[in-house]
Amino acid sequence: MGAVLDIDALIDDPQTRIIVCCGAGGVGKTTVAAALGLRAAESGRQVVVLTIDPARRLAQSLGLTALDNTPRPVESIDVTRGGSLDAMMLDMKRTFDEVVMAHANAEKAEQILANPFYQAVSSSFAGTQEYMAMEKLGQLRLEADRDPDNPRWDLIVVDTPPSRSALDFLDAPKRLGSFLDGRFIRLLAAPAKVGGRAYLKVFSAGVNIVTTTMAKVLGAQMLTDVQTFVSALDTMFGGFRERADHTYALLSDSTTKFIVVAAPERDALREASYFVDRLDEEGMPLAGLVVNRVYRVSAPGLSADRALSAAEQLGDDEDGISSGVSDSTAITAGLLRLHAVQAEIAGRHQSLAKRFIAGHPGIPTVEVPAAAQDIHDVVGLRAVGEALAGN
Amino acid sequence: MAPDARAGTTEARDTDWDGVRLHIVTGKGGTGKTTVAAALALALAGQGRRVLLAEVEGRQGISQTFDVAPLAAIEARIAHAAQGGEVFGLSVDAKAALLEYLQMYYKLGRAGGLLEKFGAIDFATTIAPGVRDVLLIGKVYEAVRRRKEHKAKGPGAAPAYDAVILDAPPTGRVARFLNVNHEVADLARVGPIRSQADSITAMLRSPQTVVHVVTLLEEMPVQETVDAIAELRAVDMPIGGVVVNQVRETILSPKTLNTAARSAISREDVAADLSRVNVRATDAIVDGLLAEARDHAERVALEHDASMVIADLRRPTYQLPSLSEGVDANGIRELAETLVAQGMA
Repeated sequence: MGAVLDIDALIDDPQTRIIVCCGAGGVGKTTVAAALGLRAAESGRQVVVLTIDPARRLAQSLGLTALDNTPRPVESIDVTRGGSLDAMMLDMKRTFDEVVMAHANAEKAEQILANPFYQAVSSSFAGTQEYMAMEKLGQLRLEADRDPDNPRWDLIVVDTPPSRSALDFLDAPKRLGSFLDGRFIRLLAAPAKVGGRAYLKVFSAGVNIVTTTMAKVLGAQMLTDVQTFVSALDTMFGGFRERADHTYALLSDSTTKFIVVAAPERDALREASYFVDRLDEEGMPLAGLVVNRVYRVSAPGLSADRALSAAEQLGDDEDGISSGVSDSTAITAGLLRLHAVQAEIAGRHQSLAKRFIAGHPGIPTVEVPAAAQDIHDVVGLRAVGEALAGN
Repeated sequence: MAPDARAGTTEARDTDWDGVRLHIVTGKGGTGKTTVAAALALALAGQGRRVLLAEVEGRQGISQTFDVAPLAAIEARIAHAAQGGEVFGLSVDAKAALLEYLQMYYKLGRAGGLLEKFGAIDFATTIAPGVRDVLLIGKVYEAVRRRKEHKAKGPGAAPAYDAVILDAPPTGRVARFLNVNHEVADLARVGPIRSQADSITAMLRSPQTVVHVVTLLEEMPVQETVDAIAELRAVDMPIGGVVVNQVRETILSPKTLNTAARSAISREDVAADLSRVNVRATDAIVDGLLAEARDHAERVALEHDASMVIADLRRPTYQLPSLSEGVDANGIRELAETLVAQGMA
């Protein structure tokens, strides 16, 4: 076993200001993020959890009945240590609208918000959700730090969107930036500008072909919408770029910690490897790996083989049918067969986790046992928190 | 069974989806959507048929599942099936699809390179909303309609593929992804992108297409299945079957489950039986076994609730076993045979 991820040390360290949970879809990221937030709050920190797309019942248990883009206090937590827990669900369109309104004057903002191209970008552009999650993180951090003597939150836990590709949320700010700075967009936006004119002179033949072809393919009206959008957005470019850079810096700051969440399955662990390598490449501070939903048996002292042969001795035939034995013996044989199957699953999970750890030496890891039921209340989250802390 | 899906064909055996040429497979992340799409492709390729398996998110899930070299934007054979059947794989790339499309319809020549140089291709494939999805599905649409080359073009020529399977985006995004018409409607009211979207939509809504949903017997994936089916219905997409993946075998008899659920198994009896076959009946082991039985009974009850919800959907349902050795190329074949036996292919 390699290094152990000490969750309590992480959440009790006042230097930890942001925890980002990332991982493939379906591994339980949101649950881990919520459990971390709850545990930190109950140990005395002022926490806000930003979730992207929580399961309905989990959202309800956190009091997130309305998607209103505002942190709301979570009831029924233990506040004896002076902590607090707020939770919120991301509304990506609303967040984008807020960015526009914060950066443009009222007239420009109205123009932008009404533009069909903007409406499509803000509600369906692949990457908008990732970008807005990071934007919201930046906003929460600003709000937290508004009064340094009395911070509203001293820990922000973020659940990342289930991206198409693993770390889209890292790339999204850059991608939006490069879109806004892109040659093509500039071409559309500024054909009459002085610099643009010189540029156009050289390429004028090419430009004509490009705009004519694009108009043919996309339709002239769409190009017009884009042009209007871009020129309205022109004044905001600097703001966008600055915010994207700021968010990126915030993510790579040493007060931010990344936790990669995986499940003990081949595909999820492969994805986790990719995350770990990618975070390393980008110089992002990785705290460690959570292997979620690891199957464990309650009677680890009994091996699968031994249980199976004992079941046979008790009178089971090959198909596990007990005949000529008492009801109670049939039950015992059943328990032994169940144990054999489960011990095998547990063994497979263990060896998958071990192989990952061997392949990534030095990455602190913690395993969370699989729960018999879906987690959808504070009690369940508290139990996951306990498991995260290694108890 | 889905009698409404049975078109009159001359196939040797009836399946639930005779007459369907495009199978779209979706499901919540982590349910094994790619595995099921791969198994369905192999199953459909039996009896000497040619099948294309396509992915659109650039995840290389197909090549990893079949353990072959990463797929490119060019179709490559990835598996053989019974009686000379073949499965081809394709990772649809929006950029390649756009350039191909432009070349096909506009004979671009020099302009293609220029578009690339000015960032217009990047713009259209990554930024312009909806256009990317139209291009991705557009490529799949083209593959479904493609005819064998050596025959004369027209309705007489045989299709290049007997079936196309699309490993689609997960449940949360699939309705929006497939509703291309709506996506481009506000932006492109006229023009070629619009007419391309119209033809794609016509095919997606025709009896040639179905969307299958993959789930596990767990609360969240089942809820997402219910939601996705409602969303797909709302956009007039034809709903296919529900594939319940990773179904665990029943180990305990109903009687034992019932006793375990009531925590009514006799500790003493179990300890006595264990001692009789020389298993050390320590407290830890006896209590552990009882706890395992209780947890198992609890989970079986939850799985039962989940299957009731699935049954209420009234769609053809298929069950795939949980493979103890994990899913490799052999495992996919096993799953494909199960799908054939259950009439999905």
